[in-house]
Amino acid sequence: MGLLDQKFENGNVLITSMDGLLNWARLSSIWGMQFGLACCAIEMMATGASHYDLDRFGTFFRGTPRQSDVMIVAGTVTLKMASRIKTLYDQMSEPRYVISMGSCSNCGGPYWEHGYHVLKGVDRIIPVDVYVPGCPPRPEALMEGLLKLQEKIRHESLAKKPAA
Amino acid sequence: MTPQEIIETLRSRFGDAILEAKTEGVIDPFVKVSPLSLKEISHFLRDDEKTLFDVLMCLSGMDYTGGKLGVVYHLHSTNLDHKIVLKTEVTAESPHAASVESVWKTANWHEREAFDLFGIVFDGHPDLRRILLPDDWEGHPLRKDYAVPEFYNGMKVPY
Repeated sequence: MGLLDQKFENGNVLITSMDGLLNWARLSSIWGMQFGLACCAIEMMATGASHYDLDRFGTFFRGTPRQSDVMIVAGTVTLKMASRIKTLYDQMSEPRYVISMGSCSNCGGPYWEHGYHVLKGVDRIIPVDVYVPGCPPRPEALMEGLLKLQEKIRHESLAKKPAA
Repeated sequence: MTPQEIIETLRSRFGDAILEAKTEGVIDPFVKVSPLSLKEISHFLRDDEKTLFDVLMCLSGMDYTGGKLGVVYHLHSTNLDHKIVLKTEVTAESPHAASVESVWKTANWHEREAFDLFGIVFDGHPDLRRILLPDDWEGHPLRKDYAVPEFYNGMKVPY
């Protein structure tokens, strides 16, 4: 249900629901938080750069959690970093989303057994909306993750109270 | 100088402090020295005009199991282009080795790393703190008898 792919007739009057309008605006400008943890961050940077060009999805990176909608956890979450990630997540304003990018932040990755210093999945400290598998995932995979997140936002409702 | 000549020089000057030396059948010829004379030997190797080891390429901590820990120093001379490896061994009950930070500044962070991960205490180091792990970490993870904790600051550690 794209908003602008409908024809503008009847004197530029367009009828849609409030949720449809708000969600269209939100999903078209998902701003990411600019930080990376390991080699996944290299792929994330490549996704943001001109060849793959995340800007065409309305995603670009902000330097502060206060202006970010999505946190892309790109890389190995060490126990030392975990408390910092929790703090950054807490500083983001709602509605906020988390994409877990790559095997390390999904489940610990290659460090699952002998990584005494690695958190085995970032979902142990913050809620995750989309998991992107790969080691590291290619830019196409990260873009797929972002599109999945857009789909999730499209079916949310900010106007209605969530069912208790 | 060849490794054999370096070893002979050290033997004639330091005698009993040279515990073992090997040039055949190893990738890098090494000299094992007493931890008590380590600093003196390091100074000699750096300053003597025949050795002139001005670069500490690498400093590694070791756990040989059975309560024995060790430190390995890879040395290189940029002027004379020769190499040697120094080794020293300490016990896990009293893991004290002399710091060579005053000989080669490179040793500063390397010794902090060996302290962090193996718990080897370098006497005379100006700032011996953990370098990689958080300050409130307990234990030294690269020791063979290290047990992974169940929780760290409320976060479950095992998979």
